[in-house]
Amino acid sequence: MTQGEPTVELRRVTLGYGGFIAVKDVDLTVPTGTFVTLLGPSGCGKTTILRAIAGLVPALGGEIIIKGRRVNDVPIHKRNIGLVFQNYALFPHKTVFDNVAFGLKYRGVDKAAIEKRVKRALDVVRLPGVESKLPSELSGGQQQRIALARAVVIEPDVLLLDEPLSALDANLREEMRVELKSIQRTLGITTIFVTHDQEEALALSDCVVVMDHGRIEQAGAPEEVYRWPASRFVADFLGQSNLLPGQIIDVANSGATVRLSGGGEILVRNGAGAQLGQAVETVIRAHRVMVRPPGHETGPNLFDGRVQSVAYLGGMAAYVIEGEIGVHAINTIDRQIFREGDRVQVSIAPEDCVLLDDKGLRIGH
Amino acid sequence: MRVTRALNEKSLPIIRYQQLNCIADRFAARIANNASPKNIKNIMSDALTVAERRRPWLLLAPTLITLAVLMVIPMIIMFTYSFHVYLGNGRDQPDFYLGNWAEFFTDGYYHYGIWQTARIAAITTVMCALMGYPAAYCIAMSRFRRKWMLLLLLILPFWISFIIRTLSWIHILGEQGAINATLRWLGLISEPIPMLYNEGSVIMGMIHFLLPYMILNVYVSLEGIDRNLVSAARTLGCTAWQAFREVTLPLSLPGLAAGCLLCFVLAAGSYVTPLILGGPSNFLFGNLVFDAVMAELNWPMGATLSMVLLILLGAIAAIYSRYMGLSRIYKGLSR
Ligand SMILES: Nc1ncnc2c1ncn2[C@@H]1O[C@H](COP(=O)(O)OP(=O)(O)OP(=O)(O)O)[C@@H](O)[C@H]1O
Ligand SMILES: [Mg+2]
Repeated sequence: MTQGEPTVELRRVTLGYGGFIAVKDVDLTVPTGTFVTLLGPSGCGKTTILRAIAGLVPALGGEIIIKGRRVNDVPIHKRNIGLVFQNYALFPHKTVFDNVAFGLKYRGVDKAAIEKRVKRALDVVRLPGVESKLPSELSGGQQQRIALARAVVIEPDVLLLDEPLSALDANLREEMRVELKSIQRTLGITTIFVTHDQEEALALSDCVVVMDHGRIEQAGAPEEVYRWPASRFVADFLGQSNLLPGQIIDVANSGATVRLSGGGEILVRNGAGAQLGQAVETVIRAHRVMVRPPGHETGPNLFDGRVQSVAYLGGMAAYVIEGEIGVHAINTIDRQIFREGDRVQVSIAPEDCVLLDDKGLRIGH
Repeated sequence: MRVTRALNEKSLPIIRYQQLNCIADRFAARIANNASPKNIKNIMSDALTVAERRRPWLLLAPTLITLAVLMVIPMIIMFTYSFHVYLGNGRDQPDFYLGNWAEFFTDGYYHYGIWQTARIAAITTVMCALMGYPAAYCIAMSRFRRKWMLLLLLILPFWISFIIRTLSWIHILGEQGAINATLRWLGLISEPIPMLYNEGSVIMGMIHFLLPYMILNVYVSLEGIDRNLVSAARTLGCTAWQAFREVTLPLSLPGLAAGCLLCFVLAAGSYVTPLILGGPSNFLFGNLVFDAVMAELNWPMGATLSMVLLILLGAIAAIYSRYMGLSRIYKGLSR
């Protein structure tokens, strides 16, 4: 994660609607210039956090700090925020120009400067020359870009994006994702992005914040969160994982050995703090389970198995392996694709295993 | 004659067949040209429209027939009545007589009637708008779970007869009415204040009857506004009031305009309220029609005046929707 002064800080923030608590005691730090993604299942409170930063939802507790200033009691229009809504929320009765110029008008920018800045903003989102159109005359992707232009033209302290790509079709989405990132880089604007698309989150972010039920489960760089899930929820939610229950039967410097309930013993490198006899779950990413021809490799964690089923995914194949160990594996197809019933050898690097305790929290690390 | 018909009957199926063929050909050609699943769906719907063109008419038929029998035909009959000669004593004679129309165009009394109607209807409409908008806004923005109950309260008065609702004002504004009685009991006045049978009481009665129409119209358009638009305006630097002026108000104008039109037309066409709550000079154009038909039994003149009212209100509605660009505003809003 990039170091720097935080632009946005949430300190033990609690948010809710009426009597309902949607977000509880959340701490979040967004360093200046970074791209932070809130990721989580529907209803976990992502939108609520964004709205709270913008001032649209009052904080029931805790502190919201923007650029070192506590903004809990600062009204919405005095916070310098760019917010892009899930449904764009362009003003349907105003032209594109008036939409983009809206925020500048209320900041008392003079006419000539407004024109220049609107033009530049439309250039940035690569939609020059649509100034006099109405939003309804634009396609979904174009509307989305106008919404982005409207939010960035005011040079906000922080740009808040609430699933801005969710209404687009897959191709356009991919394209806009790249564009969004490049716009963010060019402008160097601190951005908080909300999505429940994990691929999007991993691809775009400097920092991924995984949320569930109004709490932050884990925050960190994409690789870190992916590789070292802090909890069972993160392991399960992000990517495809094997969650194998078992018991610690040996603890050594080099790691712990787990006897899996489903059969087999597995050496785990990252298990400092594991107790002998402790019930654990071993998390192994499906992508890190290597399926090889029998007798191919030597080393720890080798299991004989048989391909129970295989799904062809293009460059990848997804296997279900049974035998000494029952696991899912997703491997690139370099030379050969294994067929159903093939005998194979499964190898799992001890470094690729993460242990969870009986509360579903990561042990060690 | 007979020959033609025979030809027609025979050729009809052929034409149909050819048409179908033609559609099929076009269909095939277009599929060949751009055969993606999405396009095929479009092409199919295009081709089907021809076959199904009759369906909307079938569905509309009951309404159209009812309208024709109960509205258009009676209005035509009414129109012909305006050219009848009035013989006195409630008798008239079919003719092509322009005297009724001449009387309307030359008699200043009728012109004053139009002016007074327009004035009272306009005042009523403005008052309804001023009183109705805030009410509609409150209902639309209320966080109250059972919003339908608020709307029900609005419609509740319609369950009581319009006449009774209007008459009830007599018990409020009359010399022995609630207000005068209270004031007298408090010793603030010794003589009752005359509040009934003047223009004010007529307007009051009409507002009473028209306000729900205004509120409902405005409510519907307010309810249709995306709440995020106001939030967006706020984050872009508007205070709550500025956001209302920039977003909520302009986007609710179609509803306000529709409500105003409805109120104006209903007010200008009413005659019962002035009859019950107005004095002799507080008549509307509808009362002139009423008098001509019911008091003088002069149907030809009554028919003439009715047609005048119909034409005037129709013209206002047409001009209004043309220049207020109602349809255009709606189009802008529908994405
Ligand atoms: N206006 C509201 N009134 C009451 N409860 C609300 C309101 N908005 C959201 N909630 C509740 O707050 C919780 C969090 O909602 P939020 O909109 O933040 O979810 P989200 O993470 O953005 O979900 P999604 O991915 O579906 O957009 C949900 O359980 C939701 O039911
Ligand atoms: Mg949301």
